[in-house]
Amino acid sequence: MKVLVPVKRVIDFNIKPRVKADGTGVETAGVKMSMNPFDEIAVEEAVRLKEKGIATEIVAVSIGVQQAQDTLRTALAMGADRAILVLTDVAVEPLGVAKVLKALVAKESPDLVILGKQAIDDDMNATGQMLAGLLGWAQGTFASKVEIADGRAVVTREIDGGLETVSLALPAIVTADLRLNEPRYASLPNIMKARKKPMETVAPGDLGVDVTPRLTIVSVAEPPARKAGVKVESAADLVARLRNEAKVI
Amino acid sequence: MTVLVLLDHEAGAIRQASRSAVTAALALGDVHALVTGDAAVAAAAARIPGIAQVLRATDAGSAHDLAEPLAALVASLAGEYSHIVAASGATAKNVLPRAAALLDVQPIPDVVSVVDAETFVRPIYAGSALATVRSSDAKKVLTVRASNFDPAPAEGGSAAVRDVTAPEAPAVSEFVSIERSKSERPELDSARVIVSGGRGMQNEENFKRLEPLADRLGAAIGASRAAVDAGFVPNDYQVGQTGKIVAPELYIAVGISGAIQHLAGMKDSKVIVAINKDPEAPIFQVADYGLVGDLFEVLPQLEAALDKAG
Ligand SMILES: Cc1cc2nc3c(=O)[nH]c(=O)nc-3n(C[C@H](O)[C@H](O)[C@H](O)COP(=O)(O)OP(=O)(O)OC[C@H]3O[C@@H](n4cnc5c(N)ncnc54)[C@H](O)[C@@H]3O)c2cc1C
Ligand SMILES: Nc1ncnc2c1ncn2[C@@H]1O[C@H](COP(=O)(O)O)[C@@H](O)[C@H]1O
Repeated sequence: MKVLVPVKRVIDFNIKPRVKADGTGVETAGVKMSMNPFDEIAVEEAVRLKEKGIATEIVAVSIGVQQAQDTLRTALAMGADRAILVLTDVAVEPLGVAKVLKALVAKESPDLVILGKQAIDDDMNATGQMLAGLLGWAQGTFASKVEIADGRAVVTREIDGGLETVSLALPAIVTADLRLNEPRYASLPNIMKARKKPMETVAPGDLGVDVTPRLTIVSVAEPPARKAGVKVESAADLVARLRNEAKVI
Repeated sequence: MTVLVLLDHEAGAIRQASRSAVTAALALGDVHALVTGDAAVAAAAARIPGIAQVLRATDAGSAHDLAEPLAALVASLAGEYSHIVAASGATAKNVLPRAAALLDVQPIPDVVSVVDAETFVRPIYAGSALATVRSSDAKKVLTVRASNFDPAPAEGGSAAVRDVTAPEAPAVSEFVSIERSKSERPELDSARVIVSGGRGMQNEENFKRLEPLADRLGAAIGASRAAVDAGFVPNDYQVGQTGKIVAPELYIAVGISGAIQHLAGMKDSKVIVAINKDPEAPIFQVADYGLVGDLFEVLPQLEAALDKAG
């Protein structure tokens, strides 16, 4: 079974993003970039499926600028077999990403696509669901457990009131939540090996996909800042202030 | 313009978050509501003032809110609507992007403010920035943050109810089971007070030490990702960028450091209290009231102080 894993290059989760002074976006120049944390979890899940003998090939895909190659190399070092860079300078929205992925699915015929549940830059939480819709495939989003058996994927999902389990006909789409697994670190020998793994580059146009954004960014602003308040001396002081000053209890 | 709002329900009642979505939708035009579930749920929806018509999905697939039939249903109904709106939450996030793809629309998640019919404000980068975006799509598909819109009243309206069914399609997914985390407490997304615990609670047993405080305050209980990952509490307690977004009157963070991903979920709370033994913990930078100390000593003192204050 072939697994496709889309991985996005984003500002590292440890870095606090800064809004550009001209209000057009968030500063990325000279900022540390990494693989979206949810996508590491997606890659890890695919690699575990391969280690269990269920997956036979893992193809990592990234849509973005040339440097997204680094993100793909990380996926290869974690255990993906080959990579496809869909090269574009456009900040492609989930709809465009889903269309690119649909075109790649037509070429690659995977049985499973595992995405992250959410990219931590745009916080859209949409691409996997949209790809599933475009393909007419079943979707198991926010997955905390995935089991493949008898041509189906049984997915446990994190929902508002607890956990839900659904059974999906393959081929299917899964999006990874935080508790699906703990991604491995790529070992040095695997990082070396990843350099020799195949990486192909295509353009959205080669796939016949128009990735023009539908949303125009009017402005990007700093949210209103919260000021640090006061330190209180004791529990009794706290209760008194919550009652008399803040009037919330 | 007429707007279709997807309503979420629990135990026969329309969730408060969905009533906030109704408020957001009323700013855009006339409102029709789509509900799954039994006749009682549809009747509850019909009583929300401002809703002109209730569409009740009656087929089996939608009973468990499976994404595939529900998205197909939403897309099939979309023709007459300018906007499709729901409160951000697990169901809407599962279903609406899929419906949007079927409509060739780029969805706009987590709207915190409606500028006009095409223009919306939404947080990006875990709330580190607020983006104002304008959609060029013919229809708009959006989810709204409930905490940014006052809930519409639950009673007072009397809309007509009409049954609708999803278009025929092969069933690619099946519902297997649901494991509900049981709680007698208020729901996180509508609680007036929330007491949240982090890794500092140490273990599942100690996490329960938050309960006497929550009892006294009538509070919901939340948690950081670290506390959920460590198994102290179920996943749906998580507050943050990738958990629940809350904005209660009072948020008490106990043994939580205040990582940006956690702050993303609670920094709009009216009053924030932090209890942490590390005076340098970043949570103190957003807290209105900070108490530096060992939580295991502070918690019983707080209970005593509350009892004394009566
Ligand atoms: C992609 C991604 C998404 C994430 N999403 C979320 C999210 O939605 N929500 C979320 O919360 N996190 C999220 N995180 C994780 C986040 O980065 C932090 O790791 C997490 O919030 C830390 O939880 P914590 O504050 O409980 O633990 P820690 O950071 O370990 O802090 C524990 C705190 O407890 C204090 N403490 C310890 N013992 C005591 C004591 N006896 N008395 C008083 N204080 C004590 C310590 O001083 C410390 O400040 C996400 C991370 C990533 C990468
Ligand atoms: N530009 C991209 N390249 C590769 N994968 C992407 C890209 N954008 C989104 N994805 C995938 O879609 C998931 C959800 O992203 P989003 O819908 O933007 O929150 C991510 O975790 C990735 O797996």
